[in-house]
Amino acid sequence: MTELLSVAGLLPDPTGHFGRFGGRFVPEALIAALDELDSAYRHAMADEAFQAELARLLRDYAGIPSLLYDATRLSEQLGARILLKREDLNHTGAHKVRNVLGQALITQRMGKRRVIAETGAGQHGVAAATAAALFGFECVVYMGEEDTRRQALNVARMQMLGGTVVPVGTGSRTLKDAMNEALRDWVTNVETTHYMIGTAAGPHPFPAMVRDFARGIGVEARAQVLELVGRLPDAVCACVGGGSNAIGAFHAFIPDEQVRLVGFEAGGDGVATGRHAASISAGGVGVLHGTRSYLLQDEDGQTVESHSISAGLDYPGVGPEHAWLHDTGRARYEPVTDAEAMAAFQLLCRTEGIIPAIESAHALAGAARLAKQLGPDAVILVTLSGRGDKDVETAGRYFGLLTEAEA
Amino acid sequence: MSLPATGLGLGPTFAKARTQGRGVLIGCMPAGFPTVEGGIASIRAMVEAGVDVVEVEFPYSDPVMDGPVIQRASEIALAAGVRSAGVLRTIEAVAEAGAPAVLMTYWAPIERYGVARFARDFAAAGGVGLITPDLIPEEADDWLAASDETGLDRVFLVAPSSTEQRIALTADACRGFIYATSVMGVTGARDKVSGAAPELVARVRRATQLPIGVGLGVRDGAQAAAVAGYADAVIVGSALVRCVLDAPDPAAGEASLRALVSDLAAGVRAPARAQVRAG
Repeated sequence: MTELLSVAGLLPDPTGHFGRFGGRFVPEALIAALDELDSAYRHAMADEAFQAELARLLRDYAGIPSLLYDATRLSEQLGARILLKREDLNHTGAHKVRNVLGQALITQRMGKRRVIAETGAGQHGVAAATAAALFGFECVVYMGEEDTRRQALNVARMQMLGGTVVPVGTGSRTLKDAMNEALRDWVTNVETTHYMIGTAAGPHPFPAMVRDFARGIGVEARAQVLELVGRLPDAVCACVGGGSNAIGAFHAFIPDEQVRLVGFEAGGDGVATGRHAASISAGGVGVLHGTRSYLLQDEDGQTVESHSISAGLDYPGVGPEHAWLHDTGRARYEPVTDAEAMAAFQLLCRTEGIIPAIESAHALAGAARLAKQLGPDAVILVTLSGRGDKDVETAGRYFGLLTEAEA
Repeated sequence: MSLPATGLGLGPTFAKARTQGRGVLIGCMPAGFPTVEGGIASIRAMVEAGVDVVEVEFPYSDPVMDGPVIQRASEIALAAGVRSAGVLRTIEAVAEAGAPAVLMTYWAPIERYGVARFARDFAAAGGVGLITPDLIPEEADDWLAASDETGLDRVFLVAPSSTEQRIALTADACRGFIYATSVMGVTGARDKVSGAAPELVARVRRATQLPIGVGLGVRDGAQAAAVAGYADAVIVGSALVRCVLDAPDPAAGEASLRALVSDLAAGVRAPARAQVRAG
């Protein structure tokens, strides 16, 4: 574990590897841009003026540090003390604002004026369009054709913010195809354009950079828990799709070997059904979207479509640092089914008056499971990565409160 | 035509074209498009009409380097059920047709198959090398070892954005030829071949003696002649695929494929020497 402790601060290596994971599996045409980005990011992270500007933006614009909330009524129900890191209270309603503000500042430093982004249900797209509006950038968001229909409200949001939404009608017409199309745009327009990837995945330096912008979640929470409880939590729980909020929550705790780090993947209908998005729990090692990690693929190496009630977790890959944390045993990953997540969703609504994002409900369901194992004296930190306003239709249909026509 | 000599890769093909004062024509077609046998029929027609080297593309679910035409063809091939075995069967058919076969493949299918195992099976099928659009030499240790063991050519890409240092590093890792992408962008026929191509080729020439192939955007004989004026190989993909994609029936597709290949083959035999120094 001493080894892990030192390694945690050093990874990835200079070529972007977390052990056997990570790296750069992209067309050569993008390497120059990735090198430029890596250089800009390293300089920025070492620059006090950049850090001060980012901290000011996060505080004054996004409401960060986010609160830590002692969820006593939920704790009674679950049988352990549950502390919620309230990322749902951030501007734009999720942890994602941390990443887009960081990347927007980097974009500005690189002298680029156009950003592109991929989005599934639209959360990252809205965040990217928000940052673009704030910085005066042109913004183009790629979104699966199916998703643009299902998430018409988010499409309108992005447009209100001045973004252009491009429906992607190729492949499976989902998030992974939106990412393919964004990569194609980037290859073509790389001189003027920054690709604002929405999660801690993709080619180096994205996994490290996005982690560093999200890691405030864990840094803040660690201090907040120490202040509130007087000791470190027994476990940190987060949901994992691409894994940006989870790596952000985990990273500061990696050296604290007594703290369990548990990521909850989207188990969809159950991993046994094959309809899920649990890349680590039920996938294999391969290459997708520029990085080597766990992913869902068939025996020919073709990407398999993922399934989850949560659009934000509905991705067939996962960030490479999670793959590494899994292999080293420092973090554990478990699937949570749609049904378990929706039960936890309802429980938080009823006990605390907080409507969580369905993504975050996966972490709550996982915390419920963990509470049974750890008992009443346990302190469990859960990242409430986003709020559930965007999910009211989905949840309304799930619980039979809305008909298809009403939704 | 004779079967390509195993272990020699594309060297003899380039040497022969050089003595003839012409460019090498490399024609691309996804395996299994629209079916494995249909794809093989197209490839046979391409070889008969004058393609020197066949670049078979391994259809992949997430082809980020490809434009709409090859994406569509890959989707059709995957929907029709092409698998690794069908790709290798296609490679065998190219060798049987008397042309060297290279495989253009994203890295995911090869890693999944097992790099060393794929290299052995691919060489056994008569293939001469791989073109790897999303694999850079720094990530290619397994493939460098496997290609050395099997004597396969390995073709990495350079782009207009590549630094001199990266061009040298990439050229050092290549065997057979080096692939210069003429534009910053994805595959697809264009009205004009990019002006960046001659300059890129000139930069690559300063770094290596390897033959240089230029791809992305060539669609007719005149463009092929222009590219053959400064490059050693002209790589044509989307324009050929479109012949099949747009055809009302297989016979019409094959006819337009033969016509286009004849035009391109004439083009590489009439290199536009005026442009040799364009870079």
